[in-house]
Amino acid sequence: MKTFNYHSTKDVKEATKLASSSSAFLAGGMTTLPSMKLGLASYKDIIDIKRIKKLSGIKVSSKTVTIGATTKHAEVAHSKEVKKAIPSLAALAEGIGDPQVRNRGTIGGSIANNDPSADYPSACIALNATIHTNNRKVSADKFFTGMFETSLKKGELIEAVEFQVPEKSCYKKYPNPASRYAIVGVYVAKHKGGVNVGVTGAKSCVYNDENISGALSKSFSSSALDNVKISSSGMNSDVHASADYRANMVKIFAKKAVEAC
Amino acid sequence: MKKVNLEVNGKKISKEVADHTVLSVFLREVLNLTGTHVGCDTSQCGACVVHVDGKSIKSCTALAADLDGSKVTTIEGLVKNGKMHPMQEAFKKEHGLQCGFCTPGMVMSAIDLLNHKKNPSDKEIRDWLEGNICRCTGYQNIVAAVKEAATKM
Repeated sequence: MKTFNYHSTKDVKEATKLASSSSAFLAGGMTTLPSMKLGLASYKDIIDIKRIKKLSGIKVSSKTVTIGATTKHAEVAHSKEVKKAIPSLAALAEGIGDPQVRNRGTIGGSIANNDPSADYPSACIALNATIHTNNRKVSADKFFTGMFETSLKKGELIEAVEFQVPEKSCYKKYPNPASRYAIVGVYVAKHKGGVNVGVTGAKSCVYNDENISGALSKSFSSSALDNVKISSSGMNSDVHASADYRANMVKIFAKKAVEAC
Repeated sequence: MKKVNLEVNGKKISKEVADHTVLSVFLREVLNLTGTHVGCDTSQCGACVVHVDGKSIKSCTALAADLDGSKVTTIEGLVKNGKMHPMQEAFKKEHGLQCGFCTPGMVMSAIDLLNHKKNPSDKEIRDWLEGNICRCTGYQNIVAAVKEAATKM
């Protein structure tokens, strides 16, 4: 790993002031550090935000679950409050990577990285999340803009993710057997105003599958998807799964999710 | 350079390290605690698992500077008064290793499991050891060892 200057910061102001075009914020480091070791990324300054108290913790109200950016996957997975309000969100966190990754990895890091196969972005889409940064609030559908791309500006820091509590929801994924990243993952959430279907792993960026959500908004049952056609156009194709296979899996895992709701 | 204060296996340590030093390197090359192994060095294989403040983490993917003030336990810290930890005894009894490269990580990870789940099922053990890879394919006996340790811990 190339050398850098490590800064441990105490508040958001200090962290964002240090940010530059050659810096990165560090939370769990589960992607940042391996990327730097592999030479895929290098930074002059690493700005550690883990000791900023206000960025960590879970707040639950009757309508929302708000998770601080540096809250670890294991904390979300084991939170009694999250399990009660949105059980599918706790279950998603429990399925990320492995126990050691869940003990370090954070929700803010996951969505800032926007890996096309990451789990949390699908939850953000399905649960109408609002991403709170140090200077604005962004809705999830405007946050994830492309492969490993988000609408975050340079030096902008995620502070928390606010999820809307749905009537019912479920996340089902076909995990890569080695990494546990989603080859395909489908998060179905039924809200008062309609159904969202966050799909990860299938395309270069998480998306809301409008064909599936449209059919489920009319009738929330797996049989409602029998005649829905999923096009393989734009789907990822790699050694793990072809585009056609992924298209088929999107429908199958959407059905599984609906049945388990 | 950063000054790092850690408690490693019950001993207070204070050292200057380069900013980009990861915990696995700090343990092995600065403290000569070579029981913590480095396999993939990219947080996949789990050979480098240690406990930080009571939780298992992959030491290849944590900066030493970022752990300032933490308590670290490595495989060397398990032996008490010359007696092996029940998990180590169980790995020995059940032949839970072949070449032994993955063993320190397996043992540290499995102890973390039993610390919060007293009698895990086979499936829970296998799910928990997701982040520990054994290339001798000795998983059967590793699971048996964790079950054996669960009766002693």
